[in-house]
Amino acid sequence: MAESLSNTLNDRGQAPIQARLQLDYGSAFQLDVDLTIPGKGITGVFGPSGSGKTSLLRCIAGLEQAQPGKLIVKGKIWQDQHYQLPTHQRPIGYVFQEASLFEHLSVQRNLDFARKRASGQPDPAQQQRIASLLDITPFLHRYPHELSGGERQRVAIARAIMVNPEVLLMDEPLASLDNERKRDILPYLEELHASYNTPIIYVSHSVEEIARLADHVILLDKGRVVDEGLPANIFSRLDLPLLPGDEPGVIVQATVIEREQDWRLIRVGFDGGELWTQDNDEPLGSTVRLRILARDVSLTLSLQQDSSILNRVAAVVDEIATNNQQSAVTLVRLKAGREYFIARLTRRSVNQLSLHPGKRVWAQIKSAALVR
Amino acid sequence: MTLSDTDLAAIVLSLKLAGTVTVILLVLCTPLAWWLATTRSSWRGTVNAVVALPLVLPPTVLGFYLLVAMGPQGFIGEITTWLGLGTLPFTFTGLVIASLLYSMPFVVQPLQNAFLALGKRPLEVAATLRAGPLDRFITVVLPLSRGGYVTAAVLGFAHTIGEFGVVLMIGGSIPGETRVVSVEIYDHVEALQYANAHSLAAIMLVFSFLILLGLYSVQSRSTASLWPSR
Repeated sequence: MAESLSNTLNDRGQAPIQARLQLDYGSAFQLDVDLTIPGKGITGVFGPSGSGKTSLLRCIAGLEQAQPGKLIVKGKIWQDQHYQLPTHQRPIGYVFQEASLFEHLSVQRNLDFARKRASGQPDPAQQQRIASLLDITPFLHRYPHELSGGERQRVAIARAIMVNPEVLLMDEPLASLDNERKRDILPYLEELHASYNTPIIYVSHSVEEIARLADHVILLDKGRVVDEGLPANIFSRLDLPLLPGDEPGVIVQATVIEREQDWRLIRVGFDGGELWTQDNDEPLGSTVRLRILARDVSLTLSLQQDSSILNRVAAVVDEIATNNQQSAVTLVRLKAGREYFIARLTRRSVNQLSLHPGKRVWAQIKSAALVR
Repeated sequence: MTLSDTDLAAIVLSLKLAGTVTVILLVLCTPLAWWLATTRSSWRGTVNAVVALPLVLPPTVLGFYLLVAMGPQGFIGEITTWLGLGTLPFTFTGLVIASLLYSMPFVVQPLQNAFLALGKRPLEVAATLRAGPLDRFITVVLPLSRGGYVTAAVLGFAHTIGEFGVVLMIGGSIPGETRVVSVEIYDHVEALQYANAHSLAAIMLVFSFLILLGLYSVQSRSTASLWPSR
């Protein structure tokens, strides 16, 4: 502990967050985690409802008192056995699930509330930068009840950034919005990720949000850490707890290597093959993130040239899910180079193709969506 | 409608008493109501019951105990005598103290309800925006509980104006000192001066109605504008 503490002190800017937290609500719910969260980028905390995601975030914010708990953020102790830094002294920004704007204050004065109490040097240009990033300038003079849900949440995000946090905590910031509004806000969050150095801990039970945003994923279930690592590794698990309507699927990092202007397609290469996907004007050579859903992947034993499917990747069967014997379909994980794919097949097909770990197959990939 | 000088003095005294009591109650009841709204102590039920007692007790019971306590042998009386203030019954100060107790539930309960309705969330938000406890109370709790304060002030004021039993027992009927409007009306009736009683009674009726009308219309308007349908 002492050694890692001195390490974090040497590297304040990107020092990680170390959290060893236990919270006991009797038999109903327990949180018991021991985590190191990266000091930069977006860390997605993912898990089903009741897995302890929100409790974890509230403990980091000091809104909930973990007992026992130890929390070191960027080299500073926020909590240990004898000490608990009160919430208002922690350099955090917190975005709640439902935009909790102060109803008695206009948007501008909601932002002022944060700005007046912000740590560090006041920066007169800051508000303008944040307001234009989140596109809230048109309604600064309005009151919260005059805004739509999406607008309210953008103001809440802007307000949380205005206090100059050292860590930005976001608790399912899109969960209270309908799908259309979510799609409105996600680009702002991506922009935030690109232009903002502060580490963000982003709690969500939506695969899509985590897939698009996270650099690092922590998978929680029943108050415990099931797994953590790169999104590509976490999302290739066959036992991910998914929301109804959320499709299992993997994330693949790739580089743009060719553009076919006439067909509006780009060719991207990854460790293990190449894929064609829709051209969204990414420059050649840039790194993109693709999400490939299990339902869009099918398998053949031989290379098929007469198919409408553009993408065929040579792969090896890695694992076949065995936890759904009652269902007609099952999930099969494939490995191509260093990347993983998941295919959703009927158990009958698995049997007919006599799939087993180690078997060589061709993955036909019907669609690969650019997510970033 | 004719008002005598003593009638006018009674009106002025009633307003002075109700104003004093309301201001003191708003100050005293803020921490009390906050504690009642937020505590997890097992004493909460007991304190709530004690605060609410004047709602159900006959004013004579409260008046009787206060009279005993503030008398020369009572514990309040001993303290005030020791302090050189003399005893409090039949003084304006005694009346204020009695009215504080009598009107307390009418101020505590609206405040308590306003604090409860606020919930924890706005305070948590304020804490994550670096606002300390007092800062949170002043900049978030007070403005968001404005409606509760208006209700508490109006009810506390109106109820103090309207009290009779406790006043009669503690204050008696000393002109300019303890003879408030309700006691003045009683004196008129006892003296069979029905016309004078009518004038004052009518003023009380209209005043009380107007104050409640004002309260309810403000309340319905503020709930409509503060929390519009979403």
